[in-house]
Amino acid sequence: MIQFLLKGVLRDKNRSLLPVIVISIGVFLTVLFSAWFRGIFGDMIDVNAHFSTGHLKVMTRAYAENAEQMPNDLALLDAEELVADLSADYPELEWVQRIQFGGLLDVADEQGETRAQGMASGRAIDFLSPGSREAERMNIPQSIVLGALPSRQGEALISHEFAERFGVKVGDEISMFGSTMNGGMALANFTVSGTVRFGMRALDRGAIIVDIADAQAALDMADAAGEVLGFFKESRYDEEKALQVKTAFNAQYADNPDEFAPEMLRLNDQNGLDEYIALSKSMSGLMIFIFVFAMSIVLWNTGLLGGLRRYNEFGIRLAMGEEKKQIFKTLLYEAVLIGAGGSVIGTVLGLSAAYYLQEYGISFGAAVQGGGMMMPEVFRASIGPEAFFIGFIPGLFSMTLGNALSGIGIYRRKTAELFKELSV
Amino acid sequence: METIIHIDKLIKRFPAGNGFFTALNNVSLQFGKGEFTGLVGPSGSGKTTLLNIIGSLDAPTEGEVTVLGQSIAHLTHKESAQLRNQSLGFIFQTYNLFPVYTVFENVEFALLLRRMPAVERRKAVLEALEWVGLSDKAHSKPAQLSGGESQRVAIARAMVKKPALVLADEPTANLDSKNSHNILQTMQRLNEELQTTFLFATHDEKVMNYLRRIISLEDGRVVKDERFVHTKI
Ligand SMILES: Nc1ncnc2c1ncn2[C@@H]1O[C@H](COP(=O)(O)OP(=O)(O)OP(=O)(O)O)[C@@H](O)[C@H]1O
Ligand SMILES: [Mg+2]
Repeated sequence: MIQFLLKGVLRDKNRSLLPVIVISIGVFLTVLFSAWFRGIFGDMIDVNAHFSTGHLKVMTRAYAENAEQMPNDLALLDAEELVADLSADYPELEWVQRIQFGGLLDVADEQGETRAQGMASGRAIDFLSPGSREAERMNIPQSIVLGALPSRQGEALISHEFAERFGVKVGDEISMFGSTMNGGMALANFTVSGTVRFGMRALDRGAIIVDIADAQAALDMADAAGEVLGFFKESRYDEEKALQVKTAFNAQYADNPDEFAPEMLRLNDQNGLDEYIALSKSMSGLMIFIFVFAMSIVLWNTGLLGGLRRYNEFGIRLAMGEEKKQIFKTLLYEAVLIGAGGSVIGTVLGLSAAYYLQEYGISFGAAVQGGGMMMPEVFRASIGPEAFFIGFIPGLFSMTLGNALSGIGIYRRKTAELFKELSV
Repeated sequence: METIIHIDKLIKRFPAGNGFFTALNNVSLQFGKGEFTGLVGPSGSGKTTLLNIIGSLDAPTEGEVTVLGQSIAHLTHKESAQLRNQSLGFIFQTYNLFPVYTVFENVEFALLLRRMPAVERRKAVLEALEWVGLSDKAHSKPAQLSGGESQRVAIARAMVKKPALVLADEPTANLDSKNSHNILQTMQRLNEELQTTFLFATHDEKVMNYLRRIISLEDGRVVKDERFVHTKI
């Protein structure tokens, strides 16, 4: 009997092909979008963590309040000791110092006269200590366009865009003017060791990246750091664990009224990422809901049309001694069969497309930049384990729902009425 | 002769407007095994309604209808489905074959519902196709058949399970005279060979010539019930 029905389904293109196409498309989109969102959300979180927020970040309370102004006069003192303490208390995280600063870059000609000047946002990271993973963390080796990473004190990387605009070449000297931690004038000279392009507007416009020791020297920040960032060693960002660490750390300073006391923030607490993470969590649920809804309506309607067309068939089957209940059941079997078929096809197609987007990504350029969040310019999909089954939820559910709704028509009609259409 | 259908003071009313329309009015009839009987009468006289009630596709409003020992009014869905499956065959004016299935599969369907083993099923289907002279069309699709051939497939489908009773509503209405005689002869032969009871609803003079009993309905009442010892042909 099942075999017999299967034959019928396969031969009747209206019953199989159309719904399979509808389901495949819906499942395809579900799988693709879920991998796409997963990739984008994951990348955005990583990018923000690595470049800006860390998984956790320690600043002085005063610095935290005005963090976007990079107020290095409010920086953490005794940074070495703080990092050592943090590493001892929370060994599952790697703790690193960073300094962000603003400055004016000055490029001189052969005579020592200013040839060009431009504002730059400066970042100081630990390039030079042995075993430092900071350069990799910010993806700098892959982002270098010309030259190389700084390999000794006094070397700096600058944005490739900036270098081109001002005709700076690898090996050139540049000067940086800024203000010291104490409000004095800071001046430092660097040799350009290379140029970088990150694919992020905020960084590519005009950045100078130097070793943290150089920045501390230039800005009079001996053993001080604007920020200490923590990164989970074994995993990507983990909200729950981060919250535990943050709560434990901040509890130590709860009774301390000093505005220079350290304060720890999670990634969630910065750059507006909290809402963003909440959104990402509800996204796949929302998507499944939308596709179930849209596909069910389409399939319900095709099912209704098919059902109307099939009243004849149902009438005969009743006459031959099948029960309504049985006919309704076979409609559901058909739905599961077609739903599963369409889901398999859609999942395979969706995974293929998602794989392509995972490997190559789509470049959105500067179009979506803005706000406090850092965004990569190339968005990639990311195929997670759920990508293999997520499409089956709307695929099976919508087809079954669609067929069930149209099948209710059988129940609403009296047997005799269904039957009557036979003698027309 | 063994009586297989008892109808006693059957009334069938359909809701119409604010009141009712009485489609069958106090019908009492009995049918014996092996009859070849027709219900005749003008359009709207209640022929199809009566066949549907006998076929347990519709329920009586009042009165008692017993088919093969089962009281139609008291059957559950399951029981009436079983009665149709085990004992009744239906033939319609439009042949109502399943378009996606072959001739063989269309006939086979009735047996699938009975969970008959495949080997037996195949034998029975081929036999039924032989009865109606369509052995060579077993693998054709309904769309490739003429009207007469389609109706013969429908007969094979109704007959393959060797039902006690076949209900045929205007089986010749869509057929030309040659095909009409052909299928009537086929049914007549099956009636004689298998002792199957045939009950027709018809306007068709050609059919009447084959009938051994003609029941005339008018406005839901039986107005005449005639028997013929020999067929008129
Ligand atoms: N489901 C229904 N609801 C309301 N009225 C109905 C219903 N079924 C049949 N009738 C009415 O009952 C009467 C008898 O109908 P029936 O179909 O039995 O006639 P018939 O003798 O088969 O006619 P025909 O020769 O045209 O097929 C008709 O007037 C019809 O309109
Ligand atoms: Mg009729």
